[in-house]
Parts: sequence; C-alpha cells; structure tokens
Amino acid sequence: MYPPRFRYEAPRSIDEAIALLQSGGGEAKVLAGGQSLVPLLKLRFASPELLVDINNLPGLDYHRVDADGTLRIGALCRHVDLERSTILPTRSPTMAAAAPLVADPIVRTRGTLVGSLCHADPQGDWAAVVTALGGSIVAQGPNGRRTIPVADFVTGPFQNALAYDEVAVEAVIPPAKGTVAGGYLKLERRVGDFATAGVAVALELNGSTVTRAGIGLTGVGSSTINATEAAQALVGKPLSAETRAGAAELAAAAAQPKTDHRGTAAYKRHIVATFVERILTRVDESTQLPGNGSTQRAA
Amino acid sequence: MTSLFEEIHEPAPTDVPTRRVTITVNGQRRTVEVEPRLLLAHLLRHGLRLTGTHTGCDTSNCGACTVLFDGAPIKSCTMLAVQADGHEVTTVEGLAGPSELHPIQEGFKDEHGLQCGFCTPGMMMAAKALLDRNPDPTEEEVRFALSGNLCRCTGYQNIVKSVLRAAELMRSADPAGKTTVDGWA
Ligand SMILES: Cc1cc2nc3c(=O)[nH]c(=O)nc-3n(C[C@H](O)[C@H](O)[C@H](O)COP(=O)(O)OP(=O)(O)OC[C@H]3O[C@@H](n4cnc5c(N)ncnc54)[C@H](O)[C@@H]3O)c2cc1C
Ligand code: FES
Ligand code: FES
Repeated sequence: MYPPRFRYEAPRSIDEAIALLQSGGGEAKVLAGGQSLVPLLKLRFASPELLVDINNLPGLDYHRVDADGTLRIGALCRHVDLERSTILPTRSPTMAAAAPLVADPIVRTRGTLVGSLCHADPQGDWAAVVTALGGSIVAQGPNGRRTIPVADFVTGPFQNALAYDEVAVEAVIPPAKGTVAGGYLKLERRVGDFATAGVAVALELNGSTVTRAGIGLTGVGSSTINATEAAQALVGKPLSAETRAGAAELAAAAAQPKTDHRGTAAYKRHIVATFVERILTRVDESTQLPGNGSTQRAA
Repeated sequence: MTSLFEEIHEPAPTDVPTRRVTITVNGQRRTVEVEPRLLLAHLLRHGLRLTGTHTGCDTSNCGACTVLFDGAPIKSCTMLAVQADGHEVTTVEGLAGPSELHPIQEGFKDEHGLQCGFCTPGMMMAAKALLDRNPDPTEEEVRFALSGNLCRCTGYQNIVKSVLRAAELMRSADPAGKTTVDGWA
C-alpha cells in the first residue's frame, strides 16, 4: 500500500507553515508524528493535496512547567518523551500513568500528544487525560494565537475545532492548587490496541480533602467523555469508600458504550466503574503510603 | 510486477515533483530522487535493495519494518522517505559486516530466537534500541521494549532469551560497561 499523490513541504517556521496551510485552502494537512495520518493516507481514507510536515519546526519538542505551575506540551513532544519524563511523575501522575500505555513503544517514538488531540480518535488516550486535567490547546493561525479548552476542541469523532489555516502549537495544563494525584487505566486486548475502555482521573487535594477532580473516559462513546458529575461528587470531601463508589457509579452512568468486537456495553460500563474505583483506591493508599504509584497497567 | 519504487517512478509524470534527499543509511550517505509519497520502507527495500527490512502488515501494526531513525526505533512503513532527509537510518544490514555477527545476531543464534525469521530484523532493531539505552535490562524490560513487534512463530520466549543473551555478550565485550548511545537518550 502507498499513499495517493500529494505535494510535500517541510517549512522551517510556524509562519511559513501557516502560510502554506492558507495556500492549500482547506486541501492541506499537517503532518506531525504521522502515526495516524500515514496509515490513513495508505488506506486512502485521506487524500490531501498538500502535506505540511511540521517536524522541522524548531523549538516545539518541549514539555515544561512554567514558574506559575502551568504545564506546556509542545506540538513535537513525542509520546516517548512523556513516557521518560522526569517532570510528569510529580507534576501529573495521570499523564505519567498514561504515557506508557499509548500505542506501542515504536509508535511512541514518533507520535505526539498534540497530534493525538488533533486526531480526536474516540478511542485515543490523551484526549481523556487532558479532559480530566482541564487542559486546552493553543492554536496559531494568520491572526495570532487562541486557546481552546479540550472539551470544545474535540468536536466529534476525528473532528477538531481548528480552522484550515491553524496549527496546534501546544497543549496546556493549568497550574494545580493543591497536591496532585490520579492515574490512568486502560483495558486493551494486546499492546498497541486501542482502549476497550480507558479511565483518566486527575485530582487536586488539600490535605485529605479533594479540591478539584476531573474524570475523562475513552472508548465508551462516540467521542471522549467528560464525566463531570462523577468528578464533582468527589469535590469538597476526603476520599472514602462511599465517595469512591459514588463516583464510580456516576462515571459508569456517563459512559455511552456500544457492544462491539471488544466487548459488550454492559461489560465496558463495568470496567469504567472498576477503573474509577481502582484509581481512587490507589490514590487513597498512596497518600497514606508514600511511593505507592498508580501507574500499573490494567490487566 | 514492477517494484513499487519503479512503479512510482517509471511513468514519472512531468507535473509530479520529486525531491532530492540525502540519507545516511548504515553509515553511507545515499542521495536519491523520491516522490514525496514514497514510504521509507519502500525506498530501503526497492530503491536501495536493502531487503533485510521486511514489510509484514503494511498497516503500522507488526513492527517487521522497524529500523533505527537517528538511533530510535520507528516503523519504516509509517514514515515518508522524504522525512528522512538529513537523518541517519540503520537497518538490520547495518548491525555487522557481511562476514561477522553482531552480538544481537549471536544471541538469536545461541537461543534459537527465530523460526521463519520474518519478524527477526524488526525484533533485532527494537532490541538494539533497547540495549543501546539500557545495557542490562530485566526480562520485563525486554518484553516491554519488544511489545510493538509481533511474531507469529516463536511465542516470544526464545526471542526474549536471545535479547538477554545479547545483552550479556555485549557487556562482556565491553567490560567497562560503556555503551554507545546513538544520540538517543
Ligand atoms: C499501531 C498503532 C497503535 C496505536 N495505538 C494507539 C492507542 O492505543 N492510543 C492512542 O491514543 N493512539 C494510538 N495510536 C495513534 C498514535 O497515538 C498517534 O501518534 C496519534 O493519534 C497521532 O499523533 P501524530 O503525532 O502521529 O499525528 P499525525 O498522524 O501526524 O496526525 C494526525 C492528525 O492530526 C493532525 N495534526 C497533527 N498534529 C497537528 C498540529 N500540531 N496541528 C494541526 N493538526 C495536527 C493531522 O493533520 C492529522 O489529521 C496508534 C497508532 C498506531 C500506528
Ligand atoms: S510492516 Fe510496518 S508495522 Fe507492519
Ligand atoms: S519467527 Fe516467524 S514471525 Fe517471528
């Protein structure tokens, strides 16, 4: 298999990339890690007239924490950079837990978090994580930059809010006010398969009281699900068997799974509840027993 | 059937621009004219006749086409050849000279790490990326690093043993415990 014909440009600056997208007039596509786009080209599900390869844009491969605690992930930060990050385990245990579960190790060499968000696969991992963390995407176009909350960014399956002449330059996670905790669990049939169901939980705690909570679900709906009611049920209280069970039940109710080759709807709903409960239990245990991470792969 | 490389090149319609790219393949600088849609796997196999790199699934799933790109493992069926311009690519042919074996190849020989051999080049390149970074991996680390490479024959047991054996051979060949990190940290 090989892709249809296209023109190819590899600009050296963002302005040049934007100008190329403008000249493409909606028939151009950005190429980042290529781990979703190249397979789509080969299957002829996508046939852009022009590919704008952003891999040569300088200074976009970062992930860093600003002085105010904002976490920024540049458009060329690869999955593997996040997997090996020394920043994430303390700054965002939810992201640290998710990174080694995205795709497979070889895909992770090239694929990017920002590309994943742009691709908006209803079964992708990062959109659920960034949703749980209340993050946004910074888009740059001919008229400058704008920030789009991830909930508004993913507009449907494989659809995002970018204009045809905009490049997503970074993902932004707002500063945390208390202690950060959380995790990501994914049920997959084998490595490299998309999630049968995946759950991201991101918490901020003040002492033992939850001050902010976010829960994102993947694989159980036609796009990423923001389980706001489940998350809200945790806020203002310490974690307890009761709050954990309550949040698990509300998250399962928020899921809209369909029966398919990966499992029945009822089974997937059950997984969502189990994962919410499991992540919250591990957080609870790790706040009592320091060093107990919540990064295990779900079996 | 003409090869894909020729198929894409022979009619060469005048309105289809090609690009001249220079790629360092197994230490040698190679300059080629490619149509942007040519995949790196096809350039290697059909253009440069380096048929050690296999294409199995052709859908980014199996890892048979794994090569090192600036020292890091990538699926060469999922990258355009033009994207390799100015970069270094190492294929299984680059592991050792024609009359010698790399310790990874020794390891696969010693521990019977292959049956049909189709997945082997990809397995070896994924193993090289791991051992360059981590000269003394645990069994679990080997399994994790190879988890993007599928094998239909072996059941993986002997592949894992082979990589552990290779690690041992490489460490004993390099008693100071130094490893070459090909720009991949
Ligand atoms: C075998 C395999 C298994 C996988 N398993 C998983 C999995 O389990 N979970 C998961 O989440 N993903 C999985 N993926 C997908 C992978 O994570 C991709 O890396 C990711 O979806 C897309 O990121 P990319 O950088 O490769 O983007 P690309 O493939 O380059 O682009 C994807 C889309 O986003 C657009 N785009 C990308 N970056 C930008 C930007 N900066 N600005 C504007 N538009 C942009 C492109 O135009 C394109 O439409 C898998 C892929 C493969 C091949
Ligand atoms: S041929 Fe490239 S991943 Fe299978
Ligand atoms: S040895 Fe046959 S596929 Fe691995």
